[in-house]
Amino acid sequence: MTKDEVRQAILDILADIAPDEDMNSINDEATLREQIDLDSMDFLDIVMELRKRFNIEVPEKDYEQLVSMASCIQYLQPILNDRQLAS
Amino acid sequence: MKRNWLKGARSAYDVVVVGSGLAGMTAANLLSKLGHSVLLVEHHYNLGGLATWFKRKGGHILDISLHGFPAGMIKTFRKYWTKEMADSVIRLKSIRFDNPQFQLNTTFDRVDFTNVLRERFGVVKEVIDEFFTTARSMNFYDELKMTTREMFEKFFPGRKDVWRFLMEPITYANGSTLDDPALTYGIVFSNFMDKGVFTFKGGTDQLIKKMKNELVKNGVDIRTHCLVEKVHLEGKAVRGVCINGQDIGCRSVLSNSNILNTVHKLVGDKHFSPEFIREVKQVRLNNSSCQVYIGIKKGETIDNAGDLLFTSVADEYNTEKILDKQVTSRTFSFYYPEIRPGSDRYSIVSSTNARYEDWANLTETQYKKAKENLIQTTLDVLEKYVPDIRKKADYFEAATPKTFKRYTLAPGGTSFGTKFEGLKISRNLPKEIPGLFHSGSVGIIMSGWLGAANYGVIVANEVDKFMRTLKDETQPLVTASV
Ligand SMILES: Cc1cc2nc3c(=O)[nH]c(=O)nc-3n(C[C@H](O)[C@H](O)[C@H](O)COP(=O)(O)OP(=O)(O)OC[C@H]3O[C@@H](n4cnc5c(N)ncnc54)[C@H](O)[C@@H]3O)c2cc1C
Repeated sequence: MTKDEVRQAILDILADIAPDEDMNSINDEATLREQIDLDSMDFLDIVMELRKRFNIEVPEKDYEQLVSMASCIQYLQPILNDRQLAS
Repeated sequence: MKRNWLKGARSAYDVVVVGSGLAGMTAANLLSKLGHSVLLVEHHYNLGGLATWFKRKGGHILDISLHGFPAGMIKTFRKYWTKEMADSVIRLKSIRFDNPQFQLNTTFDRVDFTNVLRERFGVVKEVIDEFFTTARSMNFYDELKMTTREMFEKFFPGRKDVWRFLMEPITYANGSTLDDPALTYGIVFSNFMDKGVFTFKGGTDQLIKKMKNELVKNGVDIRTHCLVEKVHLEGKAVRGVCINGQDIGCRSVLSNSNILNTVHKLVGDKHFSPEFIREVKQVRLNNSSCQVYIGIKKGETIDNAGDLLFTSVADEYNTEKILDKQVTSRTFSFYYPEIRPGSDRYSIVSSTNARYEDWANLTETQYKKAKENLIQTTLDVLEKYVPDIRKKADYFEAATPKTFKRYTLAPGGTSFGTKFEGLKISRNLPKEIPGLFHSGSVGIIMSGWLGAANYGVIVANEVDKFMRTLKDETQPLVTASV
């Protein structure tokens, strides 16, 4: 998956979790929480969706990697690439 | 011939969910949507657990636990149920207090609470803001040493009137007291203070009907009148359950039965490590409740007396007194026709916190008399707020801790699961027996409609993770690690 594809995949998940938020204006470097109203249950939903859509398991200790769009991409892109190679 | 409530059931499922409380139903719905085959088993004839209602002759519908829930429930309905359910949530307008220390009305949100604390109680704004910030910032991982009493003492030293204002509603919401960890107070108080108190338009009956339809639509096999008697293990793995004497296979069990029932009865102490059982034995149950249901005659109306009314004749807030069989404190919920569109009926439900021991050992005559006394003393108090209540109402019934035990099977008829320490047991269950999970009212913070439903989601996530590791045994799940 390219960086843009990973970004789009994350946006798709966020749009389902927070349908009232405007995803177009997301600044990749700032924390997601600053820009979208996300609580701890929403982060759990992101983890569940990643498992459902891409068969990726994010261990609890890595939850902090999901803090901004940039860190999500940086963290998920190599795993998504591995995933594709594996399957 | 006795009806076979399991007729047509499969011989095995991925997951069996034991109990259809809000945690069990929410978890079952999510797990089914995630692609697992799910059997939802409930011993009662209705789904919902404590989120329930009953109908009585004369067109009365009486709700058990629809006094109010926090704003967060809207999001929970939308994300894990349907938008339609989320859109049916409406806000309560008036929450009243009437006791020897103060009489007031509030919309029960942060802005109004701040005003009341400043104007009625003369607390300075900086202290109030800091209190709210402290309560809000508390989380699960916090230091447990501080009790709610110590927190109140720190912010509002000696102000028993303020303590009562802040504590009484929470004691009714989850049975917690001044001596429970401050974080249990902080989390629940902040949930409510977020945006006020809410209810479900259509009543509990409509809510549960909608949930049932959704479960069916998503492929959950629902079985009522079915008691799970035992969880079968093979070594340290879950192999199945015994329901009404019949064995059904499964690789994981999510128990929505009380945590102590789950360990001691459904599984059995011998399957756990002795250290674990030692800890389980330290777990204290939360208190139970009494309720009086009052159905207003058809055609009668009552003036608006607020939505929720916290009344007490006790001098000050006192945990022991709140639990005493000699009732001094009651919460009244007033249900107006607006709650059930199309209906013109009113009902009133009085709730008090209560101890199981006070009711369990009465003879049948004593029990009947005690119930009648509860009804009459409740009406005496209600007369002050709804004059001529005895003439306006034509249906009266009481529920006691024994009633709650009978319907939910919860030990001691507990209304809100266990004290804080129960949560650790619930969380550690799968570490003892892989594939065995618990969700539902536990540890104070996971109770109430919002707590139970969200905890259902949290545990469903773990069941999903576990099931995928089983299904992917041939093709291992990619674990993300940097
Ligand atoms: C009087 C009262 C008033 C309340 N008011 C409010 C309120 O206004 N707002 C709010 O948010 N919360 C309120 N609550 C709390 C709230 O109702 C509960 O915290 C919540 O509904 C509990 O959900 P749960 O998932 O833990 O399951 P429960 O409701 O406890 O349900 C568990 C289910 O499992 C079933 N079960 C147990 N064992 C078995 C078995 N072996 N086999 C088959 N089935 C089994 C039981 O029959 C039951 O249906 C109130 C509680 C009480 C008692």
